[in-house]
Amino acid sequence: MAKMTMVQAINLALKQEMEKDDNVVVLGEDVGVDGGVFRVTEGLFEQFGENRVMDTPLAEAGIIGFSIGMALYGLKPVCEIQFSGFTYLGFHQLESHAARLRGRSAGRFTVPMVLRAPYGGGVRALEHHSESREAYFAHTPGLKMVIPSSPRNARALLVSAIRDPDPVVYFEPKALYRAFREEVPEDEETMELGRSRIAREGKDITLISYGAMLHETMQAASALHQKQGIEAEVIDLMTIAPLDDALFIESARKTGRVVVIHEAPRSFGPGAEVAVRLVEKSFLYLEAPIRRVTGFDLVIPLFQREKAYLPGVDRIVRAVRETLDF
Amino acid sequence: MPRQEIELPYRIDYLSILDEQGKVDQDLEPDVDKDFLLKLHRGMLLGRRFDERLLQLQRQGRMGTFAPITGQEAAQIGAVAALEDSDWLVPSFREMAAEIWRGKTMENVILLYAGYNEGGAIPDGLNNLPIAIPVGTQTLHAAGIAYAMKYRQEKHVAMVFFGDGATSEGDFHEALNFAGVFQVPVVFVCQNNHWAISIPRSKQTRSKTLAQKALAYGVPGIQVDGNDVLAVYSAAREAVERARSGDGPSMIECVTYRMSVHTTADDPKRYRREEDVEGWVAKDPITRFEKYLKSRKIFTDKKIEAIEAEIKQEIKEAVERSEKKMEELGDPLLMFDHVFAELPPYLREQHEELRKELRQDST
Ligand SMILES: Cc1ncc(C[n+]2csc(CCOP(=O)(O)OP(=O)(O)O)c2C)c(N)n1
Ligand SMILES: [Mg+2]
Repeated sequence: MAKMTMVQAINLALKQEMEKDDNVVVLGEDVGVDGGVFRVTEGLFEQFGENRVMDTPLAEAGIIGFSIGMALYGLKPVCEIQFSGFTYLGFHQLESHAARLRGRSAGRFTVPMVLRAPYGGGVRALEHHSESREAYFAHTPGLKMVIPSSPRNARALLVSAIRDPDPVVYFEPKALYRAFREEVPEDEETMELGRSRIAREGKDITLISYGAMLHETMQAASALHQKQGIEAEVIDLMTIAPLDDALFIESARKTGRVVVIHEAPRSFGPGAEVAVRLVEKSFLYLEAPIRRVTGFDLVIPLFQREKAYLPGVDRIVRAVRETLDF
Repeated sequence: MPRQEIELPYRIDYLSILDEQGKVDQDLEPDVDKDFLLKLHRGMLLGRRFDERLLQLQRQGRMGTFAPITGQEAAQIGAVAALEDSDWLVPSFREMAAEIWRGKTMENVILLYAGYNEGGAIPDGLNNLPIAIPVGTQTLHAAGIAYAMKYRQEKHVAMVFFGDGATSEGDFHEALNFAGVFQVPVVFVCQNNHWAISIPRSKQTRSKTLAQKALAYGVPGIQVDGNDVLAVYSAAREAVERARSGDGPSMIECVTYRMSVHTTADDPKRYRREEDVEGWVAKDPITRFEKYLKSRKIFTDKKIEAIEAEIKQEIKEAVERSEKKMEELGDPLLMFDHVFAELPPYLREQHEELRKELRQDST
């Protein structure tokens, strides 16, 4: 076991999968010699060479479409889009092809690729470098959408994503890249996609989140516990699509009260889907309206106002209190 | 510090071997045997006759929309004839003749256009991708496939088709660029049929040729008479050999003409004159090739009749097979097949929801 940042943990997953399987190839802008703008792919170029760690031309549709071709032929490309805000330049390749070739060929072809991209706010960045638009991908039938929340699950989820026979969009919460360290086992660890986990047990209220916001949520939960003895159960979705509703439905049936937290814009966001599943499957157990603490329905503002935009501990605590007092 | 011309590594040739009268340029005539020439002819004729049959089926309401290929048979058959079975074909949506040459079944084509997803099925061992409808996007897949071939040190080639309109799409440029940078074994085949629905070739780009676009990416390009199957085949063979021997990608612009509608939902009278089309009748790729075959005594009218009869029968049987298959595919629940390797719980629930609804409807 070694204590690692999320950047190191993701790097470990890539390195070990590449050592294990020649079919795994990394490609993207600046991922080779430079090791990626966040250094996630550092050292891979030196270890595996330019045929497996490819610095590509600056073209997102190119990177994604080229990866699809590689995957159709049986390779397992892991492409990096430098920031999730630039995936749109190649979005059609994911939506029109990666997600559909299995169906279009009636099962003959699959697209076992992973698209990695840093997402989310909190790093004082320029426009297009802070957004959280996982809903676009989660809304696309045929794509899987994964967002880890810690070094250890980032590593395990990425290994599983690489081995998955279907295309996976894997968003990395860049605010957490170096925010803290966690023990990550040297030995292989995987984590089934499409499974959420209980990050903290409790009986009074269910808080559902993922990615960077999971940490705000965990802090809110411990503040609530310390100050008022409230025991919040926290669920970490980890996979946005296919969404695992079993765990949070069970939790909601137990607590009767739910708050969903994410930094993506509110309308049509993952929280909306979570809330409807709860209404569909645990309506009679609910004792208060489901609350959403989310980004506003705005383009995330530049960093002077970013803090006020992003859900934070205070906003979560307030929503929890109001839900409990309802 | 003079101002001087920069020398570029390539120039653009135009290649034509068989003229409209079927007269061959003997210096350029490819060295292939009689059986191969007959095969080329049969592939083109089958493409034409099948197209005509599909149009009837569509007009009778037995099939939905499709993109006819009439007039473009040489551009397709000439190109794929240069491939081995182990090579890959990446089509767009107007390459029926090429797909069938490579082994796609006619009944699957019918099934697809009759609205059954299963028509897109590709049997194991057949290295064709399904059709790609978003214009130009498939060019990147071919480049990626070719990279994988090179990565695995397999001496295969990927060939991708697209139209003149597709050369305006960004993906086409990104594909040429990636292919050039990584020197992958891919052949880009542009069927310049002069139209992208109602938009003429002249409004697609100011470039004199489409082939020259390749040059900007360090990729050799050639323009050929796309209604001359020998010219298309020769250019394709050269490009395929280049790719196979590790010398990277090429682009071939086949100058041809869309003799029919864009799709069966289109009315070309709104944007082009009959006279424009008539000028191309004399350039017909099949008539021209038949003249050539006859002049070489490979072929008689009688022989053509026999082949026509054979093709007619083949098509008839394919239509029958497709109709039988449609009966087996009546269950709407099949829509849930092939989403992911495994159906996640919420999709199992939705499957169940539809299953119950269908059961209720039937009682
Ligand atoms: C990305 C995209 N935009 C628009 C369309 C609608 N559309 C289908 S075919 C076509 C014209 C294509 O022209 P060209 O590339 O010359 O191919 P052709 O149809 O002549 O074979 C258009 C606009 C589409 N299928 N995909
Ligand atoms: Mg066209």
